[in-house]
Amino acid sequence: MNSFTLTQATAADEAVRDYAGHEHAAYLGGGTNLVDLMKYNLERPSHLTSLGLLPLTDITSLPDGGLRLGALATNADTAWHPEVEKRYPLLSQTILAGATPQLRNAATNGGNLNQRTRCYYFYDLAAPCNKREPGTGCSALTGPNRVCGVLGTSESCIATNPSDMCVALAALEATVRVQGPNGERTIKFDDYHRLPGDHPEKDNTLEPGELVTAIDLPAEGYADHFTYLKLRDRSSYAFALVSVAVGLKMNGNTIEKARFALGGVAHKPWRDQEAEKMLEGQTASPDLFRKVAAKVFAEAKGYGEGSLHNSFKIELGKRAIVRALKQATEMKYEVNPNVFLNSNP
Amino acid sequence: MSLHFIQEPLDKAAPHVVPTQAVTLNVNGEDHTIQIAPWTSLLDALREYLDLTGTKKGCDHGQCGACTVLVDGKRINSCLALATVYQGKKIETIEGLGAEDNLSPLQQAFVDHDAFQCGYCTPGQICSAQGLINEGRCKTEDEVREHMSGNLCRCGAYTNILSAVMEVLHDGQVVVDNGTLVTIPAQPTQSSSVN
Repeated sequence: MNSFTLTQATAADEAVRDYAGHEHAAYLGGGTNLVDLMKYNLERPSHLTSLGLLPLTDITSLPDGGLRLGALATNADTAWHPEVEKRYPLLSQTILAGATPQLRNAATNGGNLNQRTRCYYFYDLAAPCNKREPGTGCSALTGPNRVCGVLGTSESCIATNPSDMCVALAALEATVRVQGPNGERTIKFDDYHRLPGDHPEKDNTLEPGELVTAIDLPAEGYADHFTYLKLRDRSSYAFALVSVAVGLKMNGNTIEKARFALGGVAHKPWRDQEAEKMLEGQTASPDLFRKVAAKVFAEAKGYGEGSLHNSFKIELGKRAIVRALKQATEMKYEVNPNVFLNSNP
Repeated sequence: MSLHFIQEPLDKAAPHVVPTQAVTLNVNGEDHTIQIAPWTSLLDALREYLDLTGTKKGCDHGQCGACTVLVDGKRINSCLALATVYQGKKIETIEGLGAEDNLSPLQQAFVDHDAFQCGYCTPGQICSAQGLINEGRCKTEDEVREHMSGNLCRCGAYTNILSAVMEVLHDGQVVVDNGTLVTIPAQPTQSSSVN
C-alpha cells in the first residue's frame, strides 16, 4: 500500500471540500473494496477523505411513499431494516445474496454502488487492462473470461459490474443522490453506471469529487411478486455468473407491471425496457417468458466456448430469466435460494 | 472512483517521514492509545501494537475471515478496516470473549465438539459465530452454514464447527426438520490429540 494522509469528515460538504483540496484523493466508506484495492496497489490515492462520521446512516420514509437509504448505512443494516424487509424484500434478498456477513457489516450503500469489477485481468497488474490502465488493451477478449460480460460490451472491455444490490436497485428504479463541488443533483439508477465504450476506466457517471449521499427508492416495492435468482459457481460467497432481479405487479395471472434487471452479464446492471413492456398486460406463461428472454439476449455476444469462456452465459441467462419470472409470478421456488432470509415466502 | 498511478520518489535517499498520529482504541473494554500511520489496519493495530495476537492474519484481503472481530457487537474483517477510523467504537477480540479459566460458551463448545484441527481460523470462527448469535437471524443448520460463509477452515473442520455453533445458538438444543427444538444428549468429548 502507498502512503497517504487521512481526514475524517463530519459533514457531506466538509467531505467534498476536503476531497477537492487534495490531489489524488479518494472517499473512504466501509473500505471493504477500496482498502483491498489499495493493498493490491490497484488504487493509489495520496489522501483519503473518510466518511465514517457523516450523518448519512439513516433509512427514512419519503413523503411520496418511498424510502431513502443513507449512503453510509451498511449493507447489513439496510437488508435487515424493518421497512426494507417489509416493503422492498427484493432489495433485502439481493443484498443478503452477496458477500459475507463480515463484509456486509462494514460495506456501505454508497460504496456498494462504487465497487469495482472483479475481472481477473483488472486485478492482475502484469496483464494489459484498459480499465486499470487505459490504452494497454483488454486481456479478457481472448483469455479465460468466464466471469465477463456478454451484453453491451466493447472491444475495449468486457468486464462486469460485480454488485448484487445494484441489480435490485435497477429493477426498483432507484434514484442516486449525489453532492459535489457544484452542489447536489440526482441521477436515475439506469444512468448511474455506464457501458464501457472507449472509456472502460470510467465505471459510472459521477463527476470528479462527487459523493453519493443517499439512494431513494420509489413507493412501489413489488413486495407481493419478486425474486432474486443468483447463479454462481458455489452456493455461497461467490459473485454472480448470471443473476436476475424481478419485481412484478400481478392481477390474478395477468402481469400489470414488470421490472427486471440482470447482473453478471454487463458493465452495468442490465435492464431492457422493451422486454419489460412485452410482459405488461399479458398472461404469465412459460412461452411468454421464453420470448422475453430471447429478446433480452438477441444481441448478446459471447467471447469463446467452453467452461473457461463466457458464451455459456447467453443460454444460462435466458433460462435464468424464465425461471426468475416464474418464481416471481408464483412466489414458489424450485430450489429455495434463501436460507438467509427469515421473511421467505 | 478513478485510478491514480503515482510515481515513487526517484530520490530514494530522501528522508521519508511516516505521518503517525495518536489513536485511542477501545478494545475488550479498555482504552489503548497508540501512535500509528493512517494505513495501519485494525488487524495490525491489534496484533503489532496491542499484542493481542489471538486475532489472526490469513489472506489479509477479507476473504478468509481469520481476522474477524466484533465492533459494537457486529462482526467485521479487521484486515480491511483502517484502525484510525475505529476510534470511539467498542472493539471485541477473542481475548475479550473469555479467559483460559473462564471460557465463553462458544469457546467451550469448540473444545467440546473438537471444532478445529490447526486452530488458526478458530478465533475468527468464534468471533464470527458470536456475531451470528448477536444478529439473532439464524435458527437452522442451513442458515448457520450460510451465515458462517465468511470464515474458511483449511483443515475442513466445518462439520464440528457447525455442531458447536448450533449447540450454543440453541443453548444445547438443535432444530429438527419440522422446526421444533429438541434437546440432544451431551456428546462424549472427543480426544483432540495430535495424530
